[in-house]
Amino acid sequence: MGLLTNLKDSISKVSDRLFADEEPKRIGIYGPPNAGKTTLANRIARDWTGDAVGPESHVPHETRRARRKEGVEIERNGRTVTIDIVDTPGVTTKVDYKEFLDHDMEKDDAVRRSREATEGVAEAMHWLREDVDGVIYVLDSTTDPFTQVNTMLIGIIESQDLPVLILANKTDLPESNIQRVANAFPQHETIPLSALEGDNMDEVYDKIAEYFG
Amino acid sequence: MPEATSNVDGGDGIGDDPDGIGDDPGDDGSGNDSGGNDDGNGVRIDLISGARMEGLTGMEKIRLILDGVRDGNIVILEEGLSPDEESKLIEVTMTEINPDEFSGIEIETYPKSDAGDQTLLDRLMGRESAQKLTVIGPANQLQTLHKDETLISALVSRK
Ligand SMILES: Nc1nc2c(ncn2[C@@H]2O[C@H](COP(=O)(O)OP(=O)(O)OP(=O)(O)O)[C@@H](O)[C@H]2O)c(=O)[nH]1
Ligand SMILES: [Mg+2]
Repeated sequence: MGLLTNLKDSISKVSDRLFADEEPKRIGIYGPPNAGKTTLANRIARDWTGDAVGPESHVPHETRRARRKEGVEIERNGRTVTIDIVDTPGVTTKVDYKEFLDHDMEKDDAVRRSREATEGVAEAMHWLREDVDGVIYVLDSTTDPFTQVNTMLIGIIESQDLPVLILANKTDLPESNIQRVANAFPQHETIPLSALEGDNMDEVYDKIAEYFG
Repeated sequence: MPEATSNVDGGDGIGDDPDGIGDDPGDDGSGNDSGGNDDGNGVRIDLISGARMEGLTGMEKIRLILDGVRDGNIVILEEGLSPDEESKLIEVTMTEINPDEFSGIEIETYPKSDAGDQTLLDRLMGRESAQKLTVIGPANQLQTLHKDETLISALVSRK
């Protein structure tokens, strides 16, 4: 890309962000497959709007189309912060439909699922470059955070100067290791939570208001 | 999008990639200049210098990488990609995944050691100060065994 186009792009992005204050911020929930993104999106939506965003599942790539919940009003300390939350498909660099066969799926269904997953990830990557004002990055704190996808995505988010909140999810599980997540991304704040149990959601909402309000 | 099978059958060396790597008519004369390693004798590795990448647009870089990887090659970039290019690489990879044919890429880089050494101008201009060695291969042939800040160890297999 040319230098000038780049500069123009950056400037228009910066000014977009400066002048779009009245619009609700679009907050993308990103992270690897199965981290608990939809579980979190549903909890936020249920807590503040009463209904859910989409289905959760232990089978990876349950979310294959980004789903948006608009106008979620979060109240903190007498102030209201309005955001649109976008639950995205788990980002990956590879999808092999054969993995889904292990989850008791017919080949046709597995192939369809993988095709939808790839389309959804492509779309989510595109949005991350064009259409998102902030990111909630969800990690499963029982797994190694030091993966290529995490490194690349955090790098992409940083390069666009988007505010990002890193959530170490699944703290209810005994194998959860919050410190490992914090160590992997020392340049950012890590908030522990269990999206499933609803543990520590108060701090999550405080931080959402602080970062995206 | 190029057809997934464009390069594995013919071996005629007439590709549509602009880079000239692999199907340059003058590159070896051995007759095996199809850009792939479909003769089954080994796995080809392309080490691409920063200088070679510098002259390419983002999209050309991505085509260069994906054409190589889809032929079953391992591609090693001396200076890696910018975050924006990495993002586009993931996006394009996703659109090319095809059941029983291409299941995506494995990619490994060293993490950026310090994002803080970039000036604001660098970032405004999209310039990346951190250049990092990057290895990319077909997901079904390249498997990362170990990775830390100073070592990436990977297993390459034939198809
Ligand atoms: N124990 C525990 N399980 C959780 C937690 N959050 C999510 N899960 C489970 O993890 C699995 C994946 O959750 P999802 O919310 O579907 O994950 P996702 O990140 O949206 O996954 P994809 O859409 O496939 O990328 C489900 O079985 C959830 O019930 C948590 O805090 N604790
Ligand atoms: Mg989901």
